[in-house]
Amino acid sequence: MSAKEWPLWEVFIRSKNGLHHRHAGSVHAADAQMALENARDIYTRRQEGISLWVVPSKEIVASSPEDKEAFFEPAVDKIYRHPTFYVLPDEVNNM
Amino acid sequence: MKNWDSLNLFHHYVLQIADNTLILGQQLCEWCGHGPILEQDIALSNIALDLLGQSRLYYQYLSESTGGKFKEDDFLMYRDARKYRNSLLVEMPNGNWGTTITRQFLFDQFHILLLQKLSESSDQRLAEIAVKSIKEVKYHQRFSAEWVIRLGDGTQESHSIMQESVDELYKYSCDFFVSTEADQYTASNGICASPIEVEQLYYTNVNSILQEATLKIPEIKKPIYSGKKGYHTEKLGYILAELQYMENMYPNCEW
Repeated sequence: MSAKEWPLWEVFIRSKNGLHHRHAGSVHAADAQMALENARDIYTRRQEGISLWVVPSKEIVASSPEDKEAFFEPAVDKIYRHPTFYVLPDEVNNM
Repeated sequence: MKNWDSLNLFHHYVLQIADNTLILGQQLCEWCGHGPILEQDIALSNIALDLLGQSRLYYQYLSESTGGKFKEDDFLMYRDARKYRNSLLVEMPNGNWGTTITRQFLFDQFHILLLQKLSESSDQRLAEIAVKSIKEVKYHQRFSAEWVIRLGDGTQESHSIMQESVDELYKYSCDFFVSTEADQYTASNGICASPIEVEQLYYTNVNSILQEATLKIPEIKKPIYSGKKGYHTEKLGYILAELQYMENMYPNCEW
């Protein structure tokens, strides 16, 4: 393996029409075209998808672990934000 | 002992195609675990498996069309080099990454043209195999051509390695277009156009990609022998020794 690593790319796969692209993993590649092909070769060998996105990992802006409390904990005790207080008609399944 | 002389010209024609994909697939498998990076390692293994899978379709068809006298494995395991009909290019050693890519590129550009002709074959089974294979080979073709351009038009070092590979391998592409008795038979019976019909297009395509890759196109010096006629380099012997040794040691073994 080369000492000079190629940049990292995040891979997203749409498994079938109507579903979202979901994060599948990452690949190394020298450019976008190669990233797409590497993603195809590594992540779609077993019919995992019908569409691929690749995004340079460095372009992803992530929340920082230190912000965890301020970002996410306030939601813990606000159960009224979940739509669990409505009575759904029987025809609506799997909400 | 199998009576290989009982094979007819049609069988030889199919072997010319099947042996190409088998030998190249077998050689590419050697890269498994040794690719320059993980991603390319897997990419080459994918291509290897595509090619081996395609070979099997041809050998299975051959087995059926000989009325089961020859089994699929017989074609792989019990023919010696002189009976193999692959073109010389595919038996050239893997060398470095540049050599492997160049060999792949020179083959893929031919393979796609051949399959396009074959997909119009009056032999329905061959046409079906071709249609199925084209989907895979379109990707191989794209993969190898991009790498040729990337490395040829890359750094000074990658350029010179690629130029060496092209200088070494280019001449073996001539063997694709050697017209054998089997080619003449299938062409004159409307089974499939002779490979000679795609020769000009092949060199137009190959040369334009080599130019884009800033690589010099070598002069063609035709090899004096032809793998398609069963005259091989000594390299094929080593490949077959490895391919066949298990079956030779333990005939009909299963696991």
